Amino acid sequence: MEVKVKLNGKLITEDVAADLLLIDFVRAHGCYSVKRGCETANCGLCTVFMDGTPILSCSMLTVRADGHEIQTLEGLQEEAASFIGFIADQGADQCGFCNPGFVMNTIALLRENPDPTDDEIRVFLAGNLCRCTGYEGQLRGIRSYLDSRKG
Amino acid sequence: MLNIQKYVRAQSLEEAYLLNQKRSNRIVGGMIWMKMNNGSVNTAIDLSDLGLDKIEETENEFSIGAMVTLRALELHEGLNTYTDHAVENAVKDIIGVQFRNMATIGGSIWGRFGFSDVLTVFLSMDTYVELYKGGILPLEQFASMKFDNDILVRIIVKKTPGTFLYNAMRAQRTDFPVITCALSEVDGKYRAVIGARPGRAVVVHDTANILSAGITEESADAFCEHVTQNIRTGSNIRGSAEYRKHLIKVLTKRNLMKMGGIQ
Repeated sequence: MEVKVKLNGKLITEDVAADLLLIDFVRAHGCYSVKRGCETANCGLCTVFMDGTPILSCSMLTVRADGHEIQTLEGLQEEAASFIGFIADQGADQCGFCNPGFVMNTIALLRENPDPTDDEIRVFLAGNLCRCTGYEGQLRGIRSYLDSRKG
Repeated sequence: MLNIQKYVRAQSLEEAYLLNQKRSNRIVGGMIWMKMNNGSVNTAIDLSDLGLDKIEETENEFSIGAMVTLRALELHEGLNTYTDHAVENAVKDIIGVQFRNMATIGGSIWGRFGFSDVLTVFLSMDTYVELYKGGILPLEQFASMKFDNDILVRIIVKKTPGTFLYNAMRAQRTDFPVITCALSEVDGKYRAVIGARPGRAVVVHDTANILSAGITEESADAFCEHVTQNIRTGSNIRGSAEYRKHLIKVLTKRNLMKMGGIQ
């Protein structure tokens, strides 16, 4: 069936299969930041925004995105650039596979709560799994970014 | 992997209901759990266009559309004020924010999953389900019914004066619960709800009026004993039947102590 999806600002009209997952649609359109991880809706690697809300593209049918706006990290570079250096400085981007999902959900967190506590960061990012770091590096990086904004 | 031949965004409940009469067709909720299944679906029926993604609050009740997400429940001020954040506590450890932005209350309640935190907490309230053909039923009755081809339209929570507490045991945050426990006092009547037994959540009412004279250490212990005697637990990868019985006692006691203002 035909869908019209606004992907990172560009309107795409395409015939898709009823069971095409959104992750496959966005990757077919060059959004390789969106990773296939657990495929059981647990790891957060496939996080994209649908109308500004973070969702898991591995569990979303493309046909359900018809008429909606989808954003991936490719379309949010500027917003991400404000804090990803702080995360990298803490060595939290080890193998790097989980990073795009982490960055996407951090953007969602900071939009919803611009000044979160450490516990609020942990709770919001609980759906993003990282097998390298133990999460402390990401937490330190975000905390460091938040502190830098306060001068 | 789930194969879907056709997708329809129903424009009315009647259209959705008629499509749902065919065994190979399925209503799509958040699609989180459904996607994990293998098999083939002829027509996936989407209720997204039917305005069921809203929580309406009146003086007497909450009317929660079947497509309301778990995240919307978690953040709803009225619901959390009424339940003193029991609803928020019940859903906050379900995977992550992205997951809860997709999973729906309709999918959770209709599925009547054994592991469901959502079913557990809503059973602790004066809750009803509205089925398209079946009408309005108490959630407790619905929870023990067999699956059929009706459509869950909304969940209705009466604002009967009450106190609600929720806790659960997980091996780690975001994992499936080993046991879920809710405790409530609604209109002067106490009930404990135990889920992830690992079977479907069930309600144990204080039929013996153990707590009618108030919550004390002694009455709390007696009620915990009453609950464990009336709950059948089983063993699976997350815990043994005996371990679950022990957890039910501990978590229900904690809830009772808190409700009684003892801890």
